[in-house]
Amino acid sequence: MGMTMAEKILASRSGKSVVAPGEYVWAKVDGTGVFGPIPMMEELGIEQVYDTARVYAVDDHFAPSPTVERANAHKALKDFATKYGIENYFEYGRHGILHQVFPEHGYVSPGDLIVSVDSHSTSYGCFNAMGAPIMEELSFVVITGQLWMRVPPSIKFTLAGTLPAYCVGKDVMLKIAADYGTDVAVYKSVEFLGPVAAQLSLGSRFTMSNMGVEIGAKCAIFEADDKTYEFLEGRMKREPQPVSPDPDARYEAEYTVDCTNLEPMVALPHDPSNSHPVAAVESERLRVDQAFLGSCTNARVEDIAVAAKILQGRQVHPDVRMIVTPASSEVWHECARLGYWEVLSAAGAMITNPGCGACPGGHLGLLADQERCISSSNRNFQGRMGSPLAEVCLASPATVAASAIKGYIADPREFM
Amino acid sequence: MQTTFTGRVWKFGEAISTDLMVPGSKVLANPGITPEEAAQFCMSANRPGWVDQVQPGDLLVAGTNFGCGSSRNGSQPLKVLGIACVLADSVSRIHLRNAVNTGLPTLVAPGISAFVEEGQRLEVNIVSGQVKNLDTGKTLQAQAWPEDSPPFQILMAGGLDAYMKDKVRKAGLVRA
Amino acid sequence: MTIAEKILAKHAGVDSVKPGQYVWCKVDATSGHSLRALELLGVDRVWDPERVFIVDDHQAPPPTIEVANRMRETRRLVKKYGIKHYYEYGRGGILHQVFAERGMYAPGELIAQGDSHSTSGGVFNACVTNANMDAVHILAFGDLWFRVPESVRVVLNGTLPAWCVGKDVILKVASELGTDYGLYKSVEYVGPVAAQMTLAQRWTISNMGVEVGAKFALFEADAKTDAFLKDRVTRPYEHVTADPDAAYEAQYEFDLSTLTPMVARPGDPGNGVPVESVLTEHVKIDQAFLGSCTNARLEDLEVAARIIKGKQIHPDVRMLVSPSSQEVFGQALKAGYLEILADAGALVEHSTCGPCYGGHMGVLGDHEVCISSSNRNFQGRMGSPLAKVWLASPATVAASAIAGEIVDPRQYL
Repeated sequence: MGMTMAEKILASRSGKSVVAPGEYVWAKVDGTGVFGPIPMMEELGIEQVYDTARVYAVDDHFAPSPTVERANAHKALKDFATKYGIENYFEYGRHGILHQVFPEHGYVSPGDLIVSVDSHSTSYGCFNAMGAPIMEELSFVVITGQLWMRVPPSIKFTLAGTLPAYCVGKDVMLKIAADYGTDVAVYKSVEFLGPVAAQLSLGSRFTMSNMGVEIGAKCAIFEADDKTYEFLEGRMKREPQPVSPDPDARYEAEYTVDCTNLEPMVALPHDPSNSHPVAAVESERLRVDQAFLGSCTNARVEDIAVAAKILQGRQVHPDVRMIVTPASSEVWHECARLGYWEVLSAAGAMITNPGCGACPGGHLGLLADQERCISSSNRNFQGRMGSPLAEVCLASPATVAASAIKGYIADPREFM
Repeated sequence: MQTTFTGRVWKFGEAISTDLMVPGSKVLANPGITPEEAAQFCMSANRPGWVDQVQPGDLLVAGTNFGCGSSRNGSQPLKVLGIACVLADSVSRIHLRNAVNTGLPTLVAPGISAFVEEGQRLEVNIVSGQVKNLDTGKTLQAQAWPEDSPPFQILMAGGLDAYMKDKVRKAGLVRA
Repeated sequence: MTIAEKILAKHAGVDSVKPGQYVWCKVDATSGHSLRALELLGVDRVWDPERVFIVDDHQAPPPTIEVANRMRETRRLVKKYGIKHYYEYGRGGILHQVFAERGMYAPGELIAQGDSHSTSGGVFNACVTNANMDAVHILAFGDLWFRVPESVRVVLNGTLPAWCVGKDVILKVASELGTDYGLYKSVEYVGPVAAQMTLAQRWTISNMGVEVGAKFALFEADAKTDAFLKDRVTRPYEHVTADPDAAYEAQYEFDLSTLTPMVARPGDPGNGVPVESVLTEHVKIDQAFLGSCTNARLEDLEVAARIIKGKQIHPDVRMLVSPSSQEVFGQALKAGYLEILADAGALVEHSTCGPCYGGHMGVLGDHEVCISSSNRNFQGRMGSPLAKVWLASPATVAASAIAGEIVDPRQYL
C-alpha cells in the first residue's frame, strides 16, 4: 500500500515496513536542537546525550544577551554543551537562527526525522525531511534519541500553474493561509507538490515549510531535487535517503493552488490568515513605522538580495526605520561579500547581527504603542513584536523593501 | 530649602561611581522604572541591603571622586532614600551639577572622610560650609558655593525644576 | 588666557575670565534629551531648533516596549519642536560620533550636551561638556551658567611608537596622575605627540576626559581637524590656542617614546598597567568588545582587521564588533574590515552603545571576563556585578580575542 512522505519517514525510523495514519510508533530521531540546558540530565544523573553528533545547540532568541539573566542563561547553555561533549555548539559570531544554522552545517539530510525545539522546526521539510517541533519532551529526545509519534494524516497542496517572477514562497503561503485558514493542517503532515513546488527556489520552499506551523502542520515537506542537493552538497553529514509519495499514497485532503495569477500578498493584523493582495490595500496608505527584514522565514541571501536590488540608489522613507537581521553568520558574511550591506546601509537601514531579533519581540527592535511594522517574519498575533497596541503586517522581502521606501504598505512591482 | 542639616553618617569609600548608584543593567534597561523602584538598586553591588537601613535625614560621606563615571543622576536615588546632605573629599563635576539640579545639597569637603566615622553625627551648614562632628566636637571647613552663584540659587530654590518653573514664567515663555 | 578661558569669555561676552568665576554663557548647541522636561514646563519652543541634536543610541533598536514607547515620545517631541538634527537608527549611531559627523562641533565653540562622554568634542578644539538636567535651561534660553574651571596642561613629548595609540596614552596618563587630575578642570593636551596622533587617537583621549574628571578635554586644532570638518561644518570658525602667558594650575609632562600597549585592570580606568606585566597571569576572556564612542572608528576597525585577518576568534571567546556610527559602518564595509572580522567569527553588530554600559547587545553574565575598547570598567559596568572588565586599545582587544587570553598585540602587529 502506498505511503506519503511522512509515513515513509516514520516507517523507516520506527523499523517498520509500513505505517498508517493514527498509528503510534516509537521513532528514532536523526537530530534535535536545544537552546538551553536540559536540567533532567543533572537531576537523573544521566552522563551523556544519546549522540553528541546529533544534538545541536545555539542561543538565537536573544543574541547577543540583552540582560544579565540572559547572559547567565547563555553561559549555562555553553557549559551544558561542554559538559556533555556537544560539538555542535554555535557561539555568537558563528551562530544564527537554529533552523538556518543546522542545515548550513549539514545536520539535515533528505529522509531525516528532526524533532527539535522551537515551533519553526517544520522548516526542515524543505530539505525533504520531516521536521516537527517539540518543547517539554526535549529531555526525552536528547537522552534517548527517540520519541513516540502518532502518525499524522497527510494532506496535499498541489502548487499549480507558474509563479510570477515578482512572487515568492511567502506570497504563496499567505494565500494558502487566507484561502484555507490557519487550522487547515492541524496535526497533519503537509506535502507541497506540483510544478510550482519544483519552480520555487530552496529559500522559498524554506519559507513555506517554515510557515507550515502557521497553518497548524505537524510537518511540511517538499520533495528533494537538484536545488536541494546544490545547497546540501559538501555539507551533509549523513547519506540522504530521499522520499517521494507513492503514486497510490492516501491523503486525507487534497488542494490545488493555482499560482499563475498570484500577486504579492500582505497579512494584516492580527493573524497570518488575514492576507490580501497588496494592490488591494495600497490605496489605504497604511503607514508603516518600522520595516523588518529578518527571521528564519525570510532573511536568507536571496531575500536580502531582493531588498538590496529595490533599495539600490534609494532611501528608506524618513519616517520609517528599517532593521535587517540576517538569519545566520554565514548569511551575514555572504551579504557583505556581495555588497548588499553597503547598499542597504547607504539607504539608511540598520544591519544588525544575526539572530531571531525583533520577530518574537525579544529585543532588537520592539514596537511602541500604535506603531505599525511590515515584516518578513511569520507571525503577527497581537503583541508579537512588542506593544499589544502595535500592528504587525507580514509580507515578502520585496514588499517590505517597497513599503520601507514609500512609507506605507506598497506593491513592490513598481520597483521590480 | 533648609540650610543646616544634622544627621547620622553613612560612610563610603573612594571612587563611588554612578554605575553603583544607578546600575545600568537594572535601571537603564527598564526606562519605565519609577524613582522609588530605581532607588532600591542604589549601592546594591557594593553594599547590598544598605537601602533598607537608611533613614530620612541621614547624611552620606565619601572619599575622593564621588559620583565619577556616567552622567546618570546618582543624587536622585539618594534623595528618594532620604539622604539629606552629601559630603565628599572630592566630587565629580557632572554629579555635582546633577546634585544641585536635584536639590540635594552636596558639598566638596576635602578631608571629610578622615574627619568622621560611620555612625557619628554631623551638623552641616551649607551656607557657611562649616561642618561640626557632634561626637568629637571638631569642626571642618567644606567648600560652600558663593551665595550669588547660580548653583547656590538653584539649590536654594529646591532644584532645577522649581528654578525653571519660576524663570520661564517670569520670561513669558509659558503658553497661555 | 587658556583655551577654555578664551572660549568662555567670548561666550559670556566679556574680555576675560578667571578660574573660579561664575558666568552665564551663550551655548552654541545642545542635545534634545530634555525636550520633555521643557514641555512639562509649558514652553512650546526651543531657543533655536537648528542647534539641537538628537540621536537614540543607548538602546537602539528598542529591547523592550518601554524603550520603544520612549523613542516614540522622542519622535513626537522632535516634530513638535521642529528639531532638524534628529538621526533615527539606521542613520545614526553613537551620539558623540554622529554629532561630530553632522557638524555639531567647531573650534572655538561652547557646547553642553547629554551623556558624560561629551568631553569627546574637545578633540575639535571646542569646549564641549556634559549638561544632563541643565540642558532644559539651554533649550529655553540658549545659555547656561558655568564656573570657569582651572586649566591644567598635559604635555605629550617624544614620539609615539607605532604599536601604541591614543588609548594607550590616556591609560598611561590616568595611571600616573590618577582619575581625578582633571576634576573640574579644563585639560589641554599639547606637545609633539598630540600633533603626531591622528584625529581618532586624540578623540579617544578627549572621550576619556570624563574618566579623569575633566570639564573640558581639549586639543589644539590643525589640518587634521580641518580635514574632518570640511564639508561637515559650513559656518566660519577659528582655531583657539592658549596665550603664551596663560596660567595653569598644573603642568604634567610625559615622554611617550617608550610607551608600550596598556590595559586597565578591572574596577577603574585608572588601573592602567603595561599589558606585558599581566601576561603571566594568563587572564582568560569570555568576551572581547570592539566598540563604543572611545575606540570604534575606522582606524580602530582597520587595526583589528589587520591583526585578525586569516585567523579565527578563539572558540571560547565571543567577539562583538560595533562601529561608532552608521557612517563608519558603511566605510568599514566598503573597506572590507567587517567582512574580515565576521569571517574570523566575530559578531558584527549595528552601531550601538549597548555592550559598553551593560544595556543590551552583549551583556556580561556572572564571573565573565571581558576585554573592551570602551571607556569604563567600574564594577557592574557591562552587566553582572560579578563580571570583570579590562580596558585596552583595539589592537590589544583583537589580539586577545584570537589568543583567548589577554596578550600583547605587538606579536601580531
